[in-house]
Amino acid sequence: MQKKQNLVVIGNGMAGARAVEEILGRGGAAQFDITMFGEEPYGNYNRILLSNVLNGSQQSSEIFLNPLAWYRENGITLHLGVLADSILRKSKCVLGCDGTIEAYDKLIVATGSRPYIPPIEGLTLEDGQYKPGLFVFRTLDDCREISEYAHGRGRVAVIGGGLLGLEAARGLQNCGVEVDVIHRGPFLMGQQLDAPAGTILKTSIEKLGIGVHLNKNTTRILGDNRVSGLVFADGGRLDYEMVVIATGITPNAEIGARCGLTVERAMVVDDQMRSIDDPDIYVVGECAQHHGRVYGLVSPLWEQAKVLAEHITGRNTNAAYQGSKVATKLKVMGIEMASLGVTEPEDEHDEIVQFTEPKKGTYKKLIIRDGRLVGGILLGEISKAAYLIQAFDRGTPLPEERLTLLFDIGAPAKQAVTLEELPADAQVCNCNGVSKGAIVGCVKNGKRSAKAVMETTRAGTGCGSCRSLVADLVEWACGGEAEQDPSIHYYVPGIPMTKPDLIRACREQNLKSVSAVFQALAAGQEDAASKPGLASLLTTIWASEYEDQRDARFINDRVHANIQKDGTFSVIPQIPGGVTNALQLRRIADVAEKYNVPMVKLTGGQRIDLLGVKKEHLPDVWRDLDMPSGYAYAKRYRTCKSCVGTDYCRFGIGDSTSLAIRIEERFQGIDSPAKLKLAIAGCPRNCSEAMVKDLGAVAVEGGKWEIYVGGAAGAHVRKGDLLCVVDNAGDVIQYMGRFIQYYRENAKYLERTYGFVERIGIAKIRAVVVDDSEGIASRLDEELRKSVAAYRDPWKEAHMPATPNQFASLLPVIQ
Amino acid sequence: MTDSALEVVLGPLASIPPGEGRAFAVGEKRVAIFRTRSEHIFAVQAECPHKGGPLADGLIGGTTLICPLHAWKFDLSSGEALMGSCGLSTFPVRVDDASRIVLTLDR
Repeated sequence: MQKKQNLVVIGNGMAGARAVEEILGRGGAAQFDITMFGEEPYGNYNRILLSNVLNGSQQSSEIFLNPLAWYRENGITLHLGVLADSILRKSKCVLGCDGTIEAYDKLIVATGSRPYIPPIEGLTLEDGQYKPGLFVFRTLDDCREISEYAHGRGRVAVIGGGLLGLEAARGLQNCGVEVDVIHRGPFLMGQQLDAPAGTILKTSIEKLGIGVHLNKNTTRILGDNRVSGLVFADGGRLDYEMVVIATGITPNAEIGARCGLTVERAMVVDDQMRSIDDPDIYVVGECAQHHGRVYGLVSPLWEQAKVLAEHITGRNTNAAYQGSKVATKLKVMGIEMASLGVTEPEDEHDEIVQFTEPKKGTYKKLIIRDGRLVGGILLGEISKAAYLIQAFDRGTPLPEERLTLLFDIGAPAKQAVTLEELPADAQVCNCNGVSKGAIVGCVKNGKRSAKAVMETTRAGTGCGSCRSLVADLVEWACGGEAEQDPSIHYYVPGIPMTKPDLIRACREQNLKSVSAVFQALAAGQEDAASKPGLASLLTTIWASEYEDQRDARFINDRVHANIQKDGTFSVIPQIPGGVTNALQLRRIADVAEKYNVPMVKLTGGQRIDLLGVKKEHLPDVWRDLDMPSGYAYAKRYRTCKSCVGTDYCRFGIGDSTSLAIRIEERFQGIDSPAKLKLAIAGCPRNCSEAMVKDLGAVAVEGGKWEIYVGGAAGAHVRKGDLLCVVDNAGDVIQYMGRFIQYYRENAKYLERTYGFVERIGIAKIRAVVVDDSEGIASRLDEELRKSVAAYRDPWKEAHMPATPNQFASLLPVIQ
Repeated sequence: MTDSALEVVLGPLASIPPGEGRAFAVGEKRVAIFRTRSEHIFAVQAECPHKGGPLADGLIGGTTLICPLHAWKFDLSSGEALMGSCGLSTFPVRVDDASRIVLTLDR
């Protein structure tokens, strides 16, 4: 067995402990002997809830994340109450202030931060101790001392009008004292708000009985033996019996500076969370500076800890921290607010959407760049926060009607009730019968990401239409601190790469089969659920050069038919444009009789379905039908419906049927990330419902065709977006083909066009597909042409099985 | 080998392509046999405990099996359900020197 490495962690706060949890969660206990230094004499606690301890709504015992037993159970050596004094990089060890020496192979620095103390005179007595009555607000001990001292006092000042200061003020008010907030800046919460919002917040807070003094620069604390008042730069003075300083944080980076690590505002790290000077030293949390930014919030810390753990355990040496988009929902003194990204526009091209109603304490402002949300403030009324935070996090294009970003107007709100009001027994997933209560219960049992909850409860794993509601519920049940699962950005769950990265890797490394991809990119670890997605992608990349491995296919694609609930199959032959004839119908009828097909049904795609065919009969059924496969079982081009069109219809203005037949001939069998259902309508009456198809074309007067993309009328209903209007049927085929290829290359596996078009935005798609803004149009056309050329009817496989016993449903045993 | 066990030769290993499964009828019993790409062989009950799905038509990767009907997941070596509650019966199975699949059943 390989000898374990020594992993030393300096800091036992939220960042240090979380990093260790993430490492243990990846089997790190087998790789490392772990030692931690913690300055405070406790296990690890949730610092965010400190103000609840101060205001008495929670006991200090309730906010511990990991009790001391956790360290014992996981075999972690914990030096409690021991401050790490220095790092000796040459001899690779850490010195504790009590003389402890711990040698390390890998070191994690998670020293966090401490309160920033502004330069004020009179902070201390002659002995160097803070004056009695002066406190900083940061640690659990601070909380206890503050509330004990506050008891029975008169007026108290909090210096600092940021989030922490306001939290402290609220806590102190609950202790029964009169509180003033003293703030240097021109408005409250300068990190999260702009001036108008800060002004509205001030009014709201004053109504709660808290005094607010702005533009007050404290220069001196009065009092000989204990605090008696404050003096300000403008010469004013106010009397206070107690002062609490809450003016932000300073990263604890000195230990890094002393051993020669680069320190700017904090210790500077690379994308793997390692110090840029030493690959064996990782830095995480508030003491780390990544791409010029230091994060003081909890969700970036979680993201950093995950990357660190992936990298240090070797699970994914390509794991990279990309920086965090900061979006928070807060409740300050009962006032709800949300803040995302920037608070002010950065140039004249940024678009601002704004609404103010000071009387109600409501303020909403959004900053939009290139049709996407880059910042925003919601104060007082935040019902749109979940939607906006999601749009901000994912960078999705915003609706043209900007008003709908701020309000639910016209039709009743999508969610008639809030998540809170939704009864516990309300069914959220209608496919698998999962209630709100089951989802919340799952979160309480420790599943903290939407993906984990979906895997455990199966909610959202049916038709998928409830997935966003499930994600919202998980977010709500986690109190707004749900974990983002990075795998939502992966193309398939088993390979930690986005689709563009994966395509690049497959091309560069010449990976042409699914097993070659697992070998090269997942250390040989096969993942069953990832196989069909990889097979689809490799077909798109390599067309006829793809090395087909049948075990990577879902059963439908192995036997070219759609599996039914009893293990039999459905057979749908190709009927282009929905046009058939007596000969074909007679043949279908003969097959139905000969093979005792239990049900013959017309499909929604204008075809004929033979249901209940036994697997072993499939080859004979195909041979007798003598028609090509209609592909009604695959993640591919399916069919193109059409209305009668000009041949007989008295309203027809475009020959929809001929066009539908040409489209079928062109795109038959083309594989894609999800199924593609098309329709052509011969006039704007739109009888073939072309506007709710993945791709549709509608004939309009003047010999023109409108092309729609991204429509849906199944689990999800969406009217397609108009891509363009063209002059002839040939152009319809060309633009549809180009869109299909762009979708094939850029959509996630199983992402239908309605999701893809919303995610990318129709403006971008139109630019690429119609206006050739990226200069890739002819390449897209050429790639699609190759796939078209690679088409062959899979039903020709009937009597040349691709694998042993391909069509056997049960093999007899000869004894 | 105990007296209560019965060995049955199911047929040549080549009757199952690598990475796939096939169902076999052994008297009244139906058993799904899987051959992984790394040449391990597993035997489990043929029907999914959820809705009777034909497990031999499922996808496998490593030792994970996914039922083709509703994507329930199981561990092939232990039969344990990876989501949902009800697991699979497993049977000892091996490949003999003549490259035949040999299943062991209780008598």
